[in-house]
Amino acid sequence: MTVMSYLGAIGAAQREAMEADERVVIIGEDVEANVYGTTGAGKSRKDKGDFLEMFGSNRIRNTPISEEVIVGSAIGAAMTGLRPIVDLSYSSFLYMAMDQFVNQAAKNRYMFGGQASIPVVFRSAMFYGLNTGAHHSDRPYPMFMNVPGLKIIVPATPYDAKGLLRTAVDTDDPVLTFEACMLWGSKGEVPEEEFWIPFGQARVARQGSDVTVVAISSAVPEALAAAEVLGEDGLSVEVIDPRTLVPFDTEAVIRSVQRTGRLVIADPAHRTCSAAAEISAIVAEEAFESLKAPIMRVTTPDTQIPFSPALEKQLYPNRAKIEDAIRRVTGLMANTSNPELTSPAPRM
Amino acid sequence: MDLSPTTQLEMQRRMLRIRRFDERASRMVKRGQIPGTVHTSIGQEAQVVGACMALGDGDYMSGNHRSHGHPIGKGSPLGPLMAELVGKATGVCQGKGGSLHLADFAVGSLGESGIVGSSIPIATGAALSSKVLGNGKVSLAFFGDGAANQGCLYEAMNLAGVWKLPVVFLCENNQYALSTPAHTVTSGVIAERAAGFGMPGVRVEDGQDVLAVHEAVVEAVERARRGEGPSLVEVVTYRFNEHSEGLRLGTDYRDASEKAAWVERDPIVLFRQRLEREGVASAEELDALEAEVMAEVDEAVRFTDESPYPDPSVAFKDLYTEPIGAIA
Repeated sequence: MTVMSYLGAIGAAQREAMEADERVVIIGEDVEANVYGTTGAGKSRKDKGDFLEMFGSNRIRNTPISEEVIVGSAIGAAMTGLRPIVDLSYSSFLYMAMDQFVNQAAKNRYMFGGQASIPVVFRSAMFYGLNTGAHHSDRPYPMFMNVPGLKIIVPATPYDAKGLLRTAVDTDDPVLTFEACMLWGSKGEVPEEEFWIPFGQARVARQGSDVTVVAISSAVPEALAAAEVLGEDGLSVEVIDPRTLVPFDTEAVIRSVQRTGRLVIADPAHRTCSAAAEISAIVAEEAFESLKAPIMRVTTPDTQIPFSPALEKQLYPNRAKIEDAIRRVTGLMANTSNPELTSPAPRM
Repeated sequence: MDLSPTTQLEMQRRMLRIRRFDERASRMVKRGQIPGTVHTSIGQEAQVVGACMALGDGDYMSGNHRSHGHPIGKGSPLGPLMAELVGKATGVCQGKGGSLHLADFAVGSLGESGIVGSSIPIATGAALSSKVLGNGKVSLAFFGDGAANQGCLYEAMNLAGVWKLPVVFLCENNQYALSTPAHTVTSGVIAERAAGFGMPGVRVEDGQDVLAVHEAVVEAVERARRGEGPSLVEVVTYRFNEHSEGLRLGTDYRDASEKAAWVERDPIVLFRQRLEREGVASAEELDALEAEVMAEVDEAVRFTDESPYPDPSVAFKDLYTEPIGAIA
């Protein structure tokens, strides 16, 4: 074990994947210069050598700013023998390639009766909470959950970032990985050797018996912080990190809710048709009789993301909002005087 | 261009396969024997076969919504293609794709696409894979004059240009995007757009001449194989039938005399005349070839008729390489 940052763990997974299999290539904007810090062995280019030096320009390829053909050509390459990792930098840029994601990546294997397999990983970072404005702050994973044929991972720790990315590269299906920028600097214990985390297996980030909190991506540390605070009040909070949204570990969530009888979901996506909405529906369908209180979602309201820190910061699930939601479903008095924090966004 | 008699006869055979297959599909869709719609390549056979036969067996090709000719031109057998049109389990895509989405990886056909322009990046990616793996394969992307105005073509040409990918962009300019004449929506000459990406662009004015198309595409393929990068080939041709059969579009947007003039220049008739004239084959041999192809189509239909429909459970198969749990 060694201590790695989330970003360092992604770099380590990419390096190991490229060393293990010559068919793995990295394509994307600014990957040659290691601008985002995931295509260099060390933090700086000169530190321990970088990917361009290690793997050469045949396998590390800077692209033009042309998302549609970046995504489409990666699909075509994956259908014919490569295992590309595509760095799309900001997750808001996925929209430019929507046709390729939806009509090619997700459908080709199916439409062609299994003739194609499409082993490609699309990485993107969610830059929310960093005052980058509406064009760079999206958390678009629920849109893609609505497209059968894609796999979706949302690692929340350095350990998961490394292990899930290795599995993603080795998976024969298209995988979208959404990495929260807020987590990039977070540090944790990560094995230096190779390891793989299977998809569809949630992680119990904290055990508890009074309430289940399913937290996604950067909401995980927030949920853990809320659980700590409530622990001091004698409340036992279980925090589950699904780690992968497609496939989703339904069983782990149901099992937990059957024990605790209460569910809060913390999801940084917009409220309508969010991952939280889907998880709520699953639990309502499959574990309704276990519920002692209504399910509560802590999400981002259905508004675009404003620039000003004063406007943006209040929007996302944070420890205070998660704590309030937990207090509500457990019948404890809410700690805050602001009921809007946990109530649905007003309809505009 | 010096082509062996065998190659020339194979060209005629493949053009005839496309023609007879599409004629049969057209009748079957009108009788309700094929669900949905089909888009025939009747009239465009020289362009399809001339291009496909410039590729080797191991080379890749992606196509578009006018979709049966491309895999047939690449050498795909007719039975599984016809079965796919009907939605049978023995279809080339096991009944999951249908007319618009035929693919036959065994002959390098990476798939047709119902989204205009959408498969151009796929062929470009196959070329990337050839380049990285160094396997010498070339890719060809078929697209129509309508797709020539899609942004993804230009993203693909730019990427292929900077990376010197072994890909040929082949514009099948049949002059109409459904009812819309190309000249009313397309500025300038499509082939000339290549210059902006630093690649050769050629326009084959007589797309009814299979040898003219073949020659132009062979040159582009050889250039790609030499590592010199992509090319754009625009072929001017004409579809004899409706945009889509099985839909009653109901408007006559094409001038009858214009259509008649193109039908006069039937690529299969023209090539047959040439083969006879130049002594490549006798009339009797060519008649026999036509009979053989007709028998192949009959056999494809018989194969289709005798094939079962897929089991309903197959609707959930092949979404992922391994089932991922509750999706039903």
